[in-house]
Amino acid sequence: MTRLGQLRSEARFNLLGFRRSPAATFFTVVLPIIFLVIFTSIFGNEIISSTGARVATVYVPGILALALVSANFMNAAIVTVIRRESGVLKAMRATPLPPWVYVGGQVAASLVLTVFMTALVIGIGWLGYSVEVQPGAVPSLLITLGVGAAAFSALGLAITCVCPSEQAAPAITNMCVLPLYFVSDVFIPSEGAPRWMTLIGDIFPIKHLAVALGRTFDPFSEGVPLPAWRWVILGAWGVFGVLVTLRFFRWTPRN
Amino acid sequence: MSDEAHLAIEVTQLRKRYGEVEAVAGVDLSVATGEVVAFLGPNGAGKTTTVEILEALRTRTSGDVQVLGVDPAEATADWRERIGVVLQGAKHEGDFTAAEIVTMWSAYYRSPRPTAEVLELVGLAEAAGTRTRRLSGGQQQRLAVALALVGDPELVFLDEPTTGFDPAARREAWQTIDGLRSLGVTVLLTTHYMDEADHLADRIVVISRGRIVADGTAPELAAQVAMPSHISWDAAELSPVALPDRLRDLLRGDDASVRARAAAGTAIAERQIEREVERFALVTRDVGEVVRELLAAAEAAGTPLDSLAVQPPTLEDTYLALTGDTSSGDCS
Repeated sequence: MTRLGQLRSEARFNLLGFRRSPAATFFTVVLPIIFLVIFTSIFGNEIISSTGARVATVYVPGILALALVSANFMNAAIVTVIRRESGVLKAMRATPLPPWVYVGGQVAASLVLTVFMTALVIGIGWLGYSVEVQPGAVPSLLITLGVGAAAFSALGLAITCVCPSEQAAPAITNMCVLPLYFVSDVFIPSEGAPRWMTLIGDIFPIKHLAVALGRTFDPFSEGVPLPAWRWVILGAWGVFGVLVTLRFFRWTPRN
Repeated sequence: MSDEAHLAIEVTQLRKRYGEVEAVAGVDLSVATGEVVAFLGPNGAGKTTTVEILEALRTRTSGDVQVLGVDPAEATADWRERIGVVLQGAKHEGDFTAAEIVTMWSAYYRSPRPTAEVLELVGLAEAAGTRTRRLSGGQQQRLAVALALVGDPELVFLDEPTTGFDPAARREAWQTIDGLRSLGVTVLLTTHYMDEADHLADRIVVISRGRIVADGTAPELAAQVAMPSHISWDAAELSPVALPDRLRDLLRGDDASVRARAAAGTAIAERQIEREVERFALVTRDVGEVVRELLAAAEAAGTPLDSLAVQPPTLEDTYLALTGDTSSGDCS
């Protein structure tokens, strides 16, 4: 089979496995939507006096960031650790399939999920909460999604290097992202938060993803928003993820 | 060159060192094309390490290795097209069906066998649509063999294909492996079951503590170690007290205390012996001579000795003698 055919086949089976896994579909598809509905219900969807935009303008990009991290980072990391610990990755190494095609297939599947979730979240935001994508921000949205998906896919592979078992994988990945959501404009805006909290948010990549996505929906942003330095920071985290993966990734079970 | 042409595997003085431990300590091994060879040894003998070096999944410390004419240290995708690998305790992703997994893996090869054909080969046609988490242990193993066969390989490695299986699952796995023979595939399988090696393989190579200790067919191995036979009878029929000294000395080691008391030859000892032991056993290579002496002793004691039984050395005896493993309790 051609490399392209192999990539397509890998992506297809990854998505099939995703659809059949209740935990993966719940955390990546259902939970973000539940959060979106809960947050906009609790805080109402009023016009915020300081910014002049609706409350959901904050939550739609935040939840979009959550879904992207879930699809590219959490899901990919957990699936990879399960495959590693059950010996599937090791067996795969004994086949002619090049490692990059395996990784590429997984990243492609995560990208498809990202596109699906983006359409779903934007659709719900638009129909349910009158949050619109600013036409001028579409290129920025696409670049942010691309850079974000690549960076978090790389970090997803990197985090498998510190997951000793398949039981540990969900706990460790959640430990990485859950606290960060609170300081990264995902669950609550970080304006007015203590300095140390905003600092933590600024160091790690999730906030840059959420804020870069936020520009897409901000009705008052001037001209064409290009959050270039957010992309640079996301990209740097992606490079870090690639380096860790290249150095420490293992195909064989730990146990 | 003609030698290379008919040798699928050629290994000379293979060594693998982990820190202070030499897991593989100078292994020589050759497997001819089309041959089915069992690599037999106890856990920790170096079987898996050796096989995984041949599969290019591990590096070696030293030695020469040629698998299908290629050094696995320089394995290419083209070379991997020609081998099939079944890892020890292979598992599958539970959310996929057997057919889906085979189809998924067939994409890894240039000219794969059709999925239906592969499932038929390993006897899984009926389970094609079953999610792998619902397959039995034997079926899971056959699926692993299916994945090794999907690329139409010349050489298949099977690492402990039946460890932990119940007898029925073992039988299933054996049928599948026997089936490989008809495909003309060269097979190297590892096992710690002598009967499995005997049943499946043309030749058995025994490894113990990282070294090859024997190489041949099961009868050849048995002849090589020349294990003694067991001769036994009911304790009630003939007491050791009635035996000549020479036979008493042959009484099996674990009856040592009995032997000591029998040597004392007292009537009290005799009654104790009868209460404690149901059968006595002698261990000897001179079966004919010992049986004649036993029957003579029985006649003198006035007993027919109908309970007399002679048991030739078992495969397990041969295996334990070859590997020097006297504590192994998990054979068969």
